[in-house]
Parts: sequence; structure tokens; C-alpha cells
Amino acid sequence: MVNSVEVEGLDVSRGGHPVLHGLSVTVAEGTVTGLLGPSGSGKTTLIRAIVGIQKVAGGSVRVLGLRAGSVALRHSVGYLTQAPSVYRDLTVRENLRYFAAVLGVGAARVDQVLADVWLGDEAGARVDRLSGGQQARVSLATALMGNPRVLVLDEPTVGLDPVLREELWSLFHRLGAAGVTLLISSHVMEEATRCERLLMLRAGRLLIDDTPAALLRRTGQTDMDAAFLHLVRGSETVQ
Amino acid sequence: MNLRRTTATALRVLAQLRRDPRTLAMILVVPPVLMLLLRYAFDSDLLLFQHIAPILIAIFPFVLMFVITSVAMLRERTSGTLERLLAMPIAKLDLLVGYGLAFGAVAVVQVAVVVAFVLGPLGVTIVGSVLVLSIFAVLDALLGMALGLCLSALARTEFQAVQLLPAVVFPQLLVCGLFAPREQMAAALQGLADVFPLTYAVDGVTRAAGESAWSGGLIEDLTIVAVCIPLALGLGALTLQRRTR
Repeated sequence: MVNSVEVEGLDVSRGGHPVLHGLSVTVAEGTVTGLLGPSGSGKTTLIRAIVGIQKVAGGSVRVLGLRAGSVALRHSVGYLTQAPSVYRDLTVRENLRYFAAVLGVGAARVDQVLADVWLGDEAGARVDRLSGGQQARVSLATALMGNPRVLVLDEPTVGLDPVLREELWSLFHRLGAAGVTLLISSHVMEEATRCERLLMLRAGRLLIDDTPAALLRRTGQTDMDAAFLHLVRGSETVQ
Repeated sequence: MNLRRTTATALRVLAQLRRDPRTLAMILVVPPVLMLLLRYAFDSDLLLFQHIAPILIAIFPFVLMFVITSVAMLRERTSGTLERLLAMPIAKLDLLVGYGLAFGAVAVVQVAVVVAFVLGPLGVTIVGSVLVLSIFAVLDALLGMALGLCLSALARTEFQAVQLLPAVVFPQLLVCGLFAPREQMAAALQGLADVFPLTYAVDGVTRAAGESAWSGGLIEDLTIVAVCIPLALGLGALTLQRRTR
């Protein structure tokens, strides 16, 4: 299997504090990979390094065979920031039209992504009049806009009701089936079961790189929270 | 540089302004209102008002554009949209020139309103051409905008962005020749005035209003102001870092 993302020996410090310590991970092409870990474990920093907007102290990050942040990658990597990053004083459609022009995709794509995130009815509404969950979906629509081959999503389902969360996960799997590589961060362990593969960070190190089923089997647990606790306690005993 | 992305950015910035009618109204109404105040502040010395009115036609748009653009750029940084754009295929100059086009269009309207008001109802007469004066005033507004875009990198919060006005604009105002003739200032301040772009902007509008023909001094002022605008935009592009800590 081909890897879309290859991270090797990545060291990152922010504000003088080391955040990632010699981290090495790979993400296979066309898979839905979950990036899990408690807040402060370095998920967002790893994501920013993969998108190529994080200064790194050492190691290498390659995406689709190119150095992360390369000009050529700006067309093929979609990025969803944790907080909705869209223009709050514009309407949903005005936002999406602008990003469509920046990415050089036709206006028809705007209606497609609106449908993908179930925002067709809110297209004419100003973003700051929408609910938090709707704003998050406007931001997601922007990340989908350029038909990216690699989609890096930082907590896309936070604050959504269970129905919408379910629908977004099925969208992610449809994209994965179509060959898009998805790396999705979450701090909700329960979402891990929806991923094909799991990467779990703890204090800037890779704690788990496995499939959800294998993880449960290996730890002898029935849910992800328990499996995670089991591994954390195990790693502390080893240390 | 890419025309489609630049135009899209300009239209987006204009759409944001249109959604904020109060800001738009202030951009257009504040300069004439200040001129009106000044006209009656100098009620007993209208000759002096005649002299400083053209200078203020340049200074008000300069100051307003500086404040508005530095806050607009700061907002782009804090909302995360700048980070998102820089991860997309857009050149930094597409973004900055897009801002320049949008605010430049606003500056043209702003200057037209204040020039019409000062030369019309307020009865100020100038020796030079109205067109040259207006072109100069628009360039000064663009200079304020370019400096605002460039210096907004120094501000992390809106409080800091607002402080840029006294920190960056006031010194230029104090030594530009508006409050005291430059020749009478201490030598060090004259040297300072020589490196501040606003000095040439103010000198230029004074000449544009007072001279009926193109003098060497006027062309020199025009050139310096016109060169400072892309220079400040270029510096602004350097402050936009794709990779951050």
C-alpha cells in the first residue's frame, strides 16, 4: 500500500517547550485514519506540520511524496482548522465562492460541497448568524472545496449532534472509498471505532498505531476508553 | 501574482465592507465633518484654513485607511482565515494587492466626497488642479493602507493594533510640517521628517494645491509616495509567514 503521509523523526517545539519528540507515523492512501489523544498531546501540531504551516526543529514530513508545504501540495491538501476559519461577516455562499476562486474550481463546486455538508438551506445566511455546528460545517465545506487528495481535519465533529456526526462520518468514508486519504483528529475515543486505522498520541509520542479491532483484542477491552486507559497504565508501568 | 485570485480577494473585502454599513458611513462622513469643524475653528482666520485644508484632505484619508486596514488584516490573522489562505494556492501579493484594490476603490470615493465638500460648500479655492490634488489624496490614502497592512504584523491583539496609530502615525503627523514649518524644527527632527513618507505626502498636496504647473518638487513627492506604496506592500508580504511557531 502507498503512503500519502510519511512523518519521520519529527521534532517540534512551541514556545520553548518540546511538543513532538522524534515522531514517526505513516498514513496509507485512501484510508480514514483517526488521530487520537488527550488535549495537549500534540495532535494539532502534527496536523499543522503535515499541512506545512508549522515550523519544525527536526525530522521530515512528506505528503504525496513531496515535502510538506510544497507549492504543488497547496492544491492537493485540504485542511480544516479546529476553530471555524471563515469570514463571519459574509454569507455561507460568499465565503465558499471566494475560496472556490482562490482554489480555481468552478462555481458548480460550491453547490456540491454545500450539499455534502447539508448546508444548502443556509447558503444565503451570514456565518455569524449560524449555530456553532453550522459554522464548523461551513469551514469543512471550504476544506472539501478543492477536491483534495489528502484531507486533514482537526476535530471536525466537535459540537455536532449525533445524527450529523453520523452523516459526516459516512461522508468521510465515501471520500475514503473514492481514494481520498483522510486524517481526522478527535479527542473523543468513541469516534475511534469509525476509523480504519488509529494513531494515538500521548505527550508528543506515538502510543498506538493499530486498527480499532486489533487494539480492543490486544487489550482485552470492549470499549475504546477502557483500551486507552489500559495502554496508558501499561506504558506507565513499563516506564 | 494571479488576476483571478487578486480580483476575488478585492471583491471579498468589498463585500465585507458592504456588510458593515456603519464603517462605510464613517469612512465617507468623518472627513467632511472634521473639515466642517475645522472651518469654524478657524472662523476668524479663513486664510489659514485655506492653507491647511488641502493638507488635511490628504491626512484624513491616510489616517483612516491606516487604522481600517491594520484592523482588517489583524482580523484576518486572528480569525484563522489567513492561516487557511496561506495553506491554499494563493500568493501573498494576491492577497495584499486584493486588499489594496478594494481599499483603493474606497479611497477614491472618500477623497471625491471630501474634495467636493471642501471646494464646494466650504468655499476653499486652490491655485492648482483639482485632479492633481485628488490623485495625490488617493495616493496618500493608499500609502496609509499599505503601511497599515505592513505594520499590522506588529500587533497581536486589537488593542495593540489601535495603539499603532499613536505609535506610528502621530510622529509622522507631528514632524510633517502641519504643526510647525519643517525648516524651523530641530535638525534631528528635520532628518526624521525626511525619512517619513507622510512628509512627502503632505508636501505634495500643498504643492498640488498651491502650484498651477508641475514643478520638480511635485514630481519628486509624487514619485516618492508612489514608490513607498509597493515597498510597504512588499514588506507586508514578508510579514506573512506560511510557517509559524
